[in-house]
Parts: sequence; structure tokens; C-alpha cells
Amino acid sequence: MAALDLSIDTASVSPVRKRRFGNLFLIAAAWIVIVFVAAALANILPLPEPDHMDIGGRRLPPTAAHLLGTDNLARDMLSRLIFGARASLIVGLLAPVIGLGIGGALGMLAGYFRGRLETLIVGSVDVLLAFPPLVLALAVVAYLGQSITNLTIVIGFLSIPAFTRVARAATLSLAQREFVTAARALGATHLRILVRELLPNVFLPLLAFFLLAVAVTIVVEGALSFLGLGVPPPTPSWGSMIGEGRESLEFTPWLAFIPAVTMFLTVLAFNIVGDTLRAITDPRQGAL
Amino acid sequence: MLGFVGRRIIYLVPVLLAVTLLTFFIASLLPGDLAYAMLGDQATPDKVAALRHEMGLDLPVIWRYLHWLGDVLQGNLGRSFRTGETVADAITGRLPVSVELMLMAEITGLLIGIPIAIICAVKQGGAFDRIATGIAFGKLSIPAFMVAILMIYLFAVKLHLLPATGYVPFAEDPIGNIRGFILPALTLAFGEWPVLMRVLRSDMIATLQEDYIAMAKAKGLKPWRILLVHALKPSSLTLVTVTGINIGRLIGGALIVETIFALPGIGRLLVTAIYARDFIILQGVVLFVAAGFVIVNFIVDLLYAVLDPRIRHGRA
Repeated sequence: MAALDLSIDTASVSPVRKRRFGNLFLIAAAWIVIVFVAAALANILPLPEPDHMDIGGRRLPPTAAHLLGTDNLARDMLSRLIFGARASLIVGLLAPVIGLGIGGALGMLAGYFRGRLETLIVGSVDVLLAFPPLVLALAVVAYLGQSITNLTIVIGFLSIPAFTRVARAATLSLAQREFVTAARALGATHLRILVRELLPNVFLPLLAFFLLAVAVTIVVEGALSFLGLGVPPPTPSWGSMIGEGRESLEFTPWLAFIPAVTMFLTVLAFNIVGDTLRAITDPRQGAL
Repeated sequence: MLGFVGRRIIYLVPVLLAVTLLTFFIASLLPGDLAYAMLGDQATPDKVAALRHEMGLDLPVIWRYLHWLGDVLQGNLGRSFRTGETVADAITGRLPVSVELMLMAEITGLLIGIPIAIICAVKQGGAFDRIATGIAFGKLSIPAFMVAILMIYLFAVKLHLLPATGYVPFAEDPIGNIRGFILPALTLAFGEWPVLMRVLRSDMIATLQEDYIAMAKAKGLKPWRILLVHALKPSSLTLVTVTGINIGRLIGGALIVETIFALPGIGRLLVTAIYARDFIILQGVVLFVAAGFVIVNFIVDLLYAVLDPRIRHGRA
């Protein structure tokens, strides 16, 4: 249950490190594109409504009308899978955007200005890290009420510390470099140095980390929805589909396995793409 | 060493205070307030006002926080308004289950992770290493609830080897108790070993390049002796930390695993409190879990300093 702890140390194992943009990377990227397109076109595709119940057709095996069969409530599995991708992608992409924006900015400020500001930022971020993330997410959603918006905000908020750390670490080393000293000697303001000199260099490691964060977020959203505490029903979500499928594991195991495999492939794809980018942008790689 | 402990304690107190503050204020995110939630359908303005006064909800928020904090420091976390059970009783009743699960999971994870890490480190870049690190990377993408479902499907539904649910207390039926913990512990261990394996593998690779290992080889010591006696201990610092952090995390019980396998631990207590909208229990458990997490991390820091003198002298 790694939940939201986005450990920065994924370096020691990465099958994709040496190959850079190898086949694995391309397959992973292609899968992400497929999921994206399917989720974006969900309304246009010739699919039954994801919450339409086909009377008399519960837990059907695949047929021409229902390519992946139907679920416990006679709803089309393929349609739910594709609409479910929306929930995963919306939460999975937007929540890390919150972390990237706020955490990235805080980390850059801490790494650039140092001193008391750094102590304050690192201290407050450590407090947030002191909470087991899944417990905090569950508690906040329980109080605020279940909705995709609340879920996104909570998970996004929880991803701030990790982004702060990555941004701070990257800024710390960059701020010592010659081009920053040169810019300062030329009379550049702090704002200009941060935005024009540091940001373009910090952005790539942050982007790589963002993709890994998307993978973790999809898992967290899936876990919460699986417990019935994430995306509120009847809106389909991979996590809740797995949870519903679990009830009939004995007779129709595919109801749980189809969304599980889809989610696994998507998370794996984001991990592979993120790890490849991270390996390329990580300055320490040269030393290894 | 004392100075180091002192510095860590000075750091621990504000973090714990911040944890109580955050726990307290999360509760104020509740739309309306607790009095409405407690009265439910029977909420009339008079009753709400009376209950608010009785619970002190009409006091200023800072005052309420201090009052609550005072109670918490005396070990009084309140009482469930659904069952009447005190939060402290609810937690102490469930804690043994979570601890048993945690120990079994952590031991299994170490038993799988350590041998794999050693083999990988010795033949770094070999076929076994590449396959094992590949699996470990893939594992990052399989969340616990998927593993749990696979386990239930394989061992309970298909093979009928182990129960998927059904907790029995150890005192009543020791064997049944252990059997009930096997699948959940395996599920957790499946998530733990790749992490443990990765940290030990990379530390071990570094250790094996040290001069004294070459010396040991030159002396003609047996390879297993070099690995287990000379290399394993100095390589296990990070492993200790990671294991400790995992233990801290699992105090919260493995929320999901306990829920799936219906084990009455802390994690399940939290989830059922949410389902029942039992906010007093919820608040108490969140505080307990977060404080436990902070304190275990603190102990791990101390342990780490005991093992590695460079840290307590601030030269790491």
C-alpha cells in the first residue's frame, strides 16, 4: 500500500534505464494514448450508457451487443471500462497538477532563497508527510463528502510534499551553477532568475516525477473507490468496478479482472514513461 | 548520543502538536456540524442547540481545540455516539490484530526480499538480477487490493486452501487464527518485498566493492560467509529504516487489506467508522494512527543513529 509516498528513489531498479526510448517506452506511451482517446471520445463511441441496465442480461459473457459482457447489474462492461477511464484520468492527472503547481513553486522558493523560508517550507511539508496519506485522504473525503472534485483536491494536496522535495533538490544544485551567478551579475531580479533561468531546468525532472505521481494517484483513487469511498456511484471507476466484481469472484471472476488488468496496464505505462524520463533527466545517472 | 536524542525530541513535539491541530481541524470540514450529524433525522433547532451546548460546540474554536487537546493528553479520546464504546477501548481492542498482521507481513516480506537481494547483488546485471528487478518494478504498478483479489481467487475460490475471510481469536483457535492471517499477510508481503529488496540490493552492491570484502576473499573465506557475516550487516542500515517506516505505516493497519479480508484491526475500525459516519471514532483513530506513525519514525531515527555513528554526530 505505497499510497502516496512517491519515493524519489526509484533509481535502483529500472528496466528501462539503459534503453532510453526503447520498445517498452513506445508501447507504454501508445497504451496511454489509447486510454486517453477512448476516455475523450467516450460520448461519441457507439456504446450503451454506462449506467443503463439491460433487463435480463446480468453477468453475460461477451456478445456482439456487449463486447466485454455485462456486470452484476446488467450494465455494459466495455462502456463502464471506458467511462471509468475518465474518472481515473481526471483525478489521476488533475491531482498531481495541484501538487506540481504548489509543491513545485514552494520547493523552488525554498531551494533558491534558503534560510528561514526554507526551514518553514520544509518543516510544514514534513508535518504533512507525518500523516499516513491514505488515512488522511479517507478522513478528509469522509468529512467533505464524496465527489470527484473533493477527491482531486485532497489527493492533490497530499502530493504537495513530494513535489516540494523534488523541486527543492533540483533547485538547490542548480542555484549554485555559473549561469545563475552570471544572470545575477547582469542584474537579473530574483523573479527573473526563478522563472527564466531555473524553471526551464527544474521543469523536466518535475515532469518526470509528475508522470510517476499520475501512476500513484490512479492507484490511490482506485483504492478509495474500491472501498466505496472514492468516486460516488453510479459513476463508473476502475476501482469501484473491481470492488463490485469482487462480490461475484466465484462465478464471474472476469468482472473484477478486466478492470484490474486495465488499471494495472495504465499504471504500469505511466510508471515506465515516467521512469524513462526520470532516468534521462536525472543528473546523477551520469555518475552511475 | 544524548544530545542527538534531545534534538530529535525537540523536533518531535511540534510535529505531534501539528498532527493534533490538523486532526482537529479536518473535523471542522464537516458541512454543518457534528451536532447535526449526531442527531440525524431528529435534528430540531432546540435539540441541536442543546447538544451543541452540551458538547461545547458553541465555544470559540481555539478554546475547543485546547479543551480537546487536554482530554487527549489524559488519554480521553471521546466515546462513539453510535455504540457508546470509548475510542480508547475500540483502539486497544483492535490493535493486537493489526500488530499480528504487521509482524507476519513484515517477516514474510524480509524472508522473500533478503535472499533475492543478496543473489541480485552478487550477480549484478545477470539474468536473475534483471528478472527480479523487472518484477520489482512491475510490482510498483499492482496495488494491494488487486493482489488481495488474486490471492482470494487463487487460494480461496479455486484451490480452497485458505479462508478468504473469517477471523478467529488466537486464544480460541490458534491454527485457525494463523490460517486466517496467511492470505492478508502474503498480500502485504507481496507489496513489501520489492521495496526491501531494492534498498538492500543497492546497499549490498556498494558494500561488496569495499576493500575488506576483497581482503576476506583473499583470505579464502567461503563465499556464503563473506556475504552473510561480512557484507549483510553493514548493508542493512537502509533496510532497517525502510522496515521501520513500513511498521509505522502498518499501525494504521493495512486499511484495505484488513477490509477485504474482514480482519477486525485498526484499519477496518477506521473504514467502518467512515461507513457509519461515526466521527468521534474516526477522529480518534486518525489521531492515533498519525501519532503512532510519527513516533515510530522517531524511534527509527534513533535506531539508525545507534547503528551508524556518523548520523548522531551530524556528519552523514
